[in-house]
Amino acid sequence: MPLKTEPITINVGPQHPSTHGVFRMRVTFDGEEVVDVEPIFGYLHRGSEKLAESRTYTQVVTLTDRMDYVSSMTNNLSYILSVEQLAGIEPAPRGVWLRMIAAELQRIASHLVAAGFFFQDLGALGTPLILTMREREQILELFERLCGARITASYMRPGGVFMDAPEDFWPALNRFLDDMPAHVDQFEELVSGNEIVQARCDGVAVVDSQTLIDASVTGPMLRASGVDWDLRHRQPYEYYDRVTFNRPLATASDNYARFIVRIHEIRESLGIIRQCIEQIEPGPVRPETVPALIRPPVGDSYVGTECPKGELGFYLVSDGGVAPYRCKVRAPSFINLTLLREMLIGDKLADMFVTFGSIDINMGEVDR
Amino acid sequence: MASSTAFQTSGEDLAAQIEAIAANAVVANGDIDVWVDSDRLVEVLSGLKKNGFEMLIGVTGVDYIGYFEVVYHLLSLSQNRRAVIKVKCGEGRVDPVVPSVVNIWRGAELQEREVYDLMGIRFDGHDGMKRIFLWEGFEGHPHRKDFL
Repeated sequence: MPLKTEPITINVGPQHPSTHGVFRMRVTFDGEEVVDVEPIFGYLHRGSEKLAESRTYTQVVTLTDRMDYVSSMTNNLSYILSVEQLAGIEPAPRGVWLRMIAAELQRIASHLVAAGFFFQDLGALGTPLILTMREREQILELFERLCGARITASYMRPGGVFMDAPEDFWPALNRFLDDMPAHVDQFEELVSGNEIVQARCDGVAVVDSQTLIDASVTGPMLRASGVDWDLRHRQPYEYYDRVTFNRPLATASDNYARFIVRIHEIRESLGIIRQCIEQIEPGPVRPETVPALIRPPVGDSYVGTECPKGELGFYLVSDGGVAPYRCKVRAPSFINLTLLREMLIGDKLADMFVTFGSIDINMGEVDR
Repeated sequence: MASSTAFQTSGEDLAAQIEAIAANAVVANGDIDVWVDSDRLVEVLSGLKKNGFEMLIGVTGVDYIGYFEVVYHLLSLSQNRRAVIKVKCGEGRVDPVVPSVVNIWRGAELQEREVYDLMGIRFDGHDGMKRIFLWEGFEGHPHRKDFL
């Protein structure tokens, strides 16, 4: 006679270290297998979009820092590009190069966080995470030299950036670029040569590319299914059309593919930063003509940029005043969660958080 | 520097495309955006999906005080194009409603719930039309201009 079992529903989060913030799921298990998931959002909802309506266009930059708080520079960039389109501001070339350097450094930092916590989710507590955090710390120190802040940078302004990089930033950046490739190699070796990681991740939570496109999923998650879609390449903004880089792809679309695509992207970002350093020229970092109080003409603008998590876009509506009439954020972390239920169902309990971690979300951005 | 509007489908092109899909569905068009009749929305958007706009990038609600507007940002990966479709949800502020596009794109599922929660625009045909960030029982919709 078979053992009689019944499904059990467990509440995971919001205060749970594996939920990458304050995310909550009601998960129903049949034995060790997930049979149903109900994601519950909103524990970090601060009304950022509403707050933006009572701040000037420049002040909103500080709000964007606090959306995806491990990737503030790329958030700044996406918002600033939308403001520049809305107000018709032509940025200063040196400012653009500095923004690209900052954004690519931030992409590396964000991918390092994703990779480190991926191991944490797998159960490798401590060591791999500390390895990635050590490298991320170098980037945060570079940011501190660049703009005085480590996490919430608020470095960018309509027209460029608020200050030029100090003299000692460039040697420090070069040191980082020299050191980093060896660290990435070492980290990749830890994964690709590790039988346990392979066995745990290969073929887990596979989603086909058609489903991903249908569910508006963008970023590394989409590229891990073999779709060559990177906005920096397909719809270049800033000066991305003046640098060359590869788009790392994977076809398996499983947890391992999503992880390895991010590691490879770190290398490409390092290459982009090197090309930026070669091409940057002295000059103002922000045109003097940009007024302190920006009053864009009546209208709307949407600019999407390739952020570490996917396409981050800001839809801004102006009524001619000093504050946005409406500021809507197209948050990749939030939209990439659309398929969470399908991805988790059929997983084992132990793989649940690995799959969740492989989507790479940030609750500050999900809930805004 | 590549212009960020370079990949937008122009309003005229888009209006012509929509005219071929659903005659007389276009209400007006701007430089890059097209307003369509809300009754014909599902017809128009499923036609645009067949025309190559595989991805629904975003659903946004905007409160213009006299009326509400829903904005759809579409993306075509194969043609490397973007498109903006706008829908006016009737006159006035009472119970604004538009048809749901969740049967065309799965990606609308969470986004439409977000618009409903924060802007109070109902999406007809969406099975799980309930609040997403705020709790059930919360009064009002914070992104409306008369909330605060």
